[in-house]
Amino acid sequence: MTDMAVSSGGFPWITLVIFLPLVGVIAIVLAKEELAKWIGFAASSVVLLVSLPLWGLFNETTSAMQFVEKHQWIASPSINYAVGVDGISLPLVLLTTFLTPLCVLVSWTSIKTRIREFMISLLVMETATLGVFVSLDFVLFYIFWETMLIPMYLLIGVWGGENRVYAAIKFFLYTLAGSVLLLVAIIVIFFSSGENTFDILTLSQAAYSPTLQAWLFWAFFAAFAVKVPMFPFHTWLPDAHVEAPTAGSVILASVLLKMGTYGFLRFTLPMLPDATITFTPIIVTLSLIAIIYGAYMAFAQSDLKKLIAYSSVSHMGFVTLGIFALNAQGIEGAILQMVNHGITTGGLFLCVGIIYERTHSREISDNSGLAKPMPCYATFLVIFALSSVGLPGMNSFVGEFLVLIGTFMWSKLAATLAALGVILAAAYILWMLQRVVYGVPAQHMLSKLHDMNPREIGMLLPLVGFVFWIGLYPKPLLDVMHATVKNLIQHEVRVMTVENPGQDSLESYVLTDSSSFAAGREALAR
Amino acid sequence: MSVPLADLVTILPELLVVFTACVLLVLDPITPASKKDFLAWMCFGTLVVCFFVTAAGMGEKTFAFGNMVVVDSYASFWKLLLYLVSGLTILLSIGYLKEEKIELAEFYGFIMLSLTGMMIMVSGTDLLVIYLGIELMSISLYIMAGFKRFEAKSIEASAKYFILGAFSSGILLYGISLLFGVAGSTNLAEISTAVTARGLNDPLVMISMMLLIVGFGFKVGAVPFHMWIPDVYQGAPTTATVFMAVASKAASFAAFLRVLLEGFGGVKPNWSGLILGMCVLTLILGNLVAIVQTNIKRMLAYSSIAHAGYALIGVVVAGWIGTEAGVASRGVSSIMLYLAIYSFMTMGAFAVVAILRRGGLEGEELEDFTGLAKRHKGAAFLMMLFMISLAGIPPTAGFIGKFYLLMAAVDAGLTWLAVLGLIFAAVSAFYYLRVVMVMYMREPSSDQELETRLALSPTATVVLASAVAGVVFLGVYPGPLVSVATSSAIPLP
Repeated sequence: MTDMAVSSGGFPWITLVIFLPLVGVIAIVLAKEELAKWIGFAASSVVLLVSLPLWGLFNETTSAMQFVEKHQWIASPSINYAVGVDGISLPLVLLTTFLTPLCVLVSWTSIKTRIREFMISLLVMETATLGVFVSLDFVLFYIFWETMLIPMYLLIGVWGGENRVYAAIKFFLYTLAGSVLLLVAIIVIFFSSGENTFDILTLSQAAYSPTLQAWLFWAFFAAFAVKVPMFPFHTWLPDAHVEAPTAGSVILASVLLKMGTYGFLRFTLPMLPDATITFTPIIVTLSLIAIIYGAYMAFAQSDLKKLIAYSSVSHMGFVTLGIFALNAQGIEGAILQMVNHGITTGGLFLCVGIIYERTHSREISDNSGLAKPMPCYATFLVIFALSSVGLPGMNSFVGEFLVLIGTFMWSKLAATLAALGVILAAAYILWMLQRVVYGVPAQHMLSKLHDMNPREIGMLLPLVGFVFWIGLYPKPLLDVMHATVKNLIQHEVRVMTVENPGQDSLESYVLTDSSSFAAGREALAR
Repeated sequence: MSVPLADLVTILPELLVVFTACVLLVLDPITPASKKDFLAWMCFGTLVVCFFVTAAGMGEKTFAFGNMVVVDSYASFWKLLLYLVSGLTILLSIGYLKEEKIELAEFYGFIMLSLTGMMIMVSGTDLLVIYLGIELMSISLYIMAGFKRFEAKSIEASAKYFILGAFSSGILLYGISLLFGVAGSTNLAEISTAVTARGLNDPLVMISMMLLIVGFGFKVGAVPFHMWIPDVYQGAPTTATVFMAVASKAASFAAFLRVLLEGFGGVKPNWSGLILGMCVLTLILGNLVAIVQTNIKRMLAYSSIAHAGYALIGVVVAGWIGTEAGVASRGVSSIMLYLAIYSFMTMGAFAVVAILRRGGLEGEELEDFTGLAKRHKGAAFLMMLFMISLAGIPPTAGFIGKFYLLMAAVDAGLTWLAVLGLIFAAVSAFYYLRVVMVMYMREPSSDQELETRLALSPTATVVLASAVAGVVFLGVYPGPLVSVATSSAIPLP
């Protein structure tokens, strides 16, 4: 147990990162309304800067939790304020701190009413999502997990589109209903672990009976699958995305959906290994349906945001597929794909937001033929779109490739079907590009189509940088995950070999560090 | 017969409160209308004194009047809560009564008399004493409900409350008389001995116990004895409503628990199933019917029914067969925690309704909240906070309250009840959030925009601030209250 956590070395980096946005909130409340967005931008930028040392000081060689802080919060039952990061959460924390300033920037002129409240919601949202990724106490996790609902509800409901009230309440009730069983599961696991603790690391080490695991698995699944969202729980997503303001869509797609897949990695896999192995075929099937169904639905959309929303369903299917392939390639690919999806889809939503601000329409037919009037914009759109397709040299390729390798090792059929999703993605994205970039511009829109300003370019450039950096040299990011993922896999293997002694084939079923993986990474590094 | 001085010292807070009430009733007619606030402050001062007296004696256990009254930690916990709630009600009433043009200081007197009844209820260890407390509390409340003498709704509320309340008191009294036949005494300890000796499923014990449960079911507002609540809550003056919703509910639960555990603790299987049925019905009906309400006070009435359902989860746990004493006592302490938290958030929500009230113009219909966020940012934000807390969403106190109840339920092996409770918590989020939606996502109509003034007196501000502090502080730092509730729970064998 001692090697599970490395202390923060005294300085509370993580606490600082989580709660600095709230300091920004207080400043916004006290300051004049005109200053709200400046403070919002400053606060989120400072949070980004403060989160960078987490990356710099992170020790890649250990799977232990790092920068751990632990203080007693409630004595009976023992609930702690315990936070820390490992190779799974660090990329997501950085993704969140990186995207929030961009969300402030994209709202700079598009949000005209109640700017103060908007910035407050955004910053509270940042605190809650960061808290979810770093919590090492199950109750603390749940509190952050639920707190997130309110600011998102307001972001969609107050600053959203025409049908915003419906979309907001649908989002809220779907995710709340999903989380209901999670809370009961948390309490049940508290009593059945025999440890009487909510400590996530301790709970991950305890053994639970297979029957209990099965119950807990579906309780966890209800909460996480709604958030991801997995087929058939995805119906809130298109509504929420279409109605949300751009910043809301970006947060929703890039950060919020990752909370679901993070939940699978952090809780389902380590705590419920037996149930995970038993139910893997079901999850893989649902993932494959999501990949293909999402892509198929994306074809039919004439609304840009809806198209991207359905493509999200499809891409998140890859993430769950990779996680439940239960091997190093699949899981590392899945984590990488979580980051990639955040960057790429975030970029795409920002692009839609930029054009929406000009034409006030998200319809593809209203926004066609942008290459001539807006060459700069068209370039960015093409980059993000191709990244979404998974073009080699760009970020998504690496992630999808790893997921496909991992899936291939699990089942050739599943990998083949998943690859079909990649092809479909290429088709619907390129078709969208053809119309938006190269179509004939609508005459009445021409006067509105002025190209991007420096703020918008500055907003998208860092994202483009990440697209190519991860695409060409993913090693630093993969190295961060490697020790943690290896530890996670070994945990699963241990459980499987204990259950089925003498079955050698299991070792080959879960490969911790296969030669093909190393070869694949080298190929990517080149 | 002379009364020993020691007994009088034990009930000193009760004496102080009832004395203040009497003084007030004398002073009221000779006090000019402009000076009526003084009488309110007099009551408030008494409550502050009582608070310190009770808090100082916390942890001791003293019987008085031949074991008819006890001052133990359990009673003291509830009394402290009741002082707090009564004090806030008085502060809220100072501005509200002026707005409603009810210039009668008797209102404060009835609060004090009702409070005396509640204090007797939580301290009583004899069914007749508890009955006396219930009657004193209820009769004062019947009058308070009808204080808006010129409004038919208020009169109706008072009459309805009186008839149903008297009816339930009758049932309660009938149960007590049957129990006297069984035990030859109305003392809880002696009843317990007699009932335990008779064993499970004794018909006479069963009938008398059911009559008691029906009587208390009326008082706590559990389904199917909840019929009076919506009409009475809606018709009564808002500050009387909040007093009923918070204080009378807390006191009734306190007495209910004591009677069940100290009187019928030996025959738990006889009642835990009944309470479980009531609990499930209350959760379902309270939450479902709240969805269709368009009047805020009516919605909060159904919400208070639903919250009684949550508190009943704790009663079920305390009486569940096969639970260890530790688990059962966690059931009790989680009710205490829950009702304390419930007091803050309900007090806050009604306080917002009260300050929106402007001479009968607005504040009670859901429509009156349209676009409130544009008109009164602060009021809208506070209302949102209370709604979120009532829905049990973290990081507010409402979550902590539900969390402890569910912990107790799962610990007792009632996982399905925890799941049911949470499913209906998700349902409740729908109607609580509708208030948020109306305030934040709808535009105010033009004539609403003109209505910019709030009936926000300085004392109402104090009430709101206390409620917010409770909801936020207990949400992020519930530790102290949890340990107080745990150490004050009724000791169980």
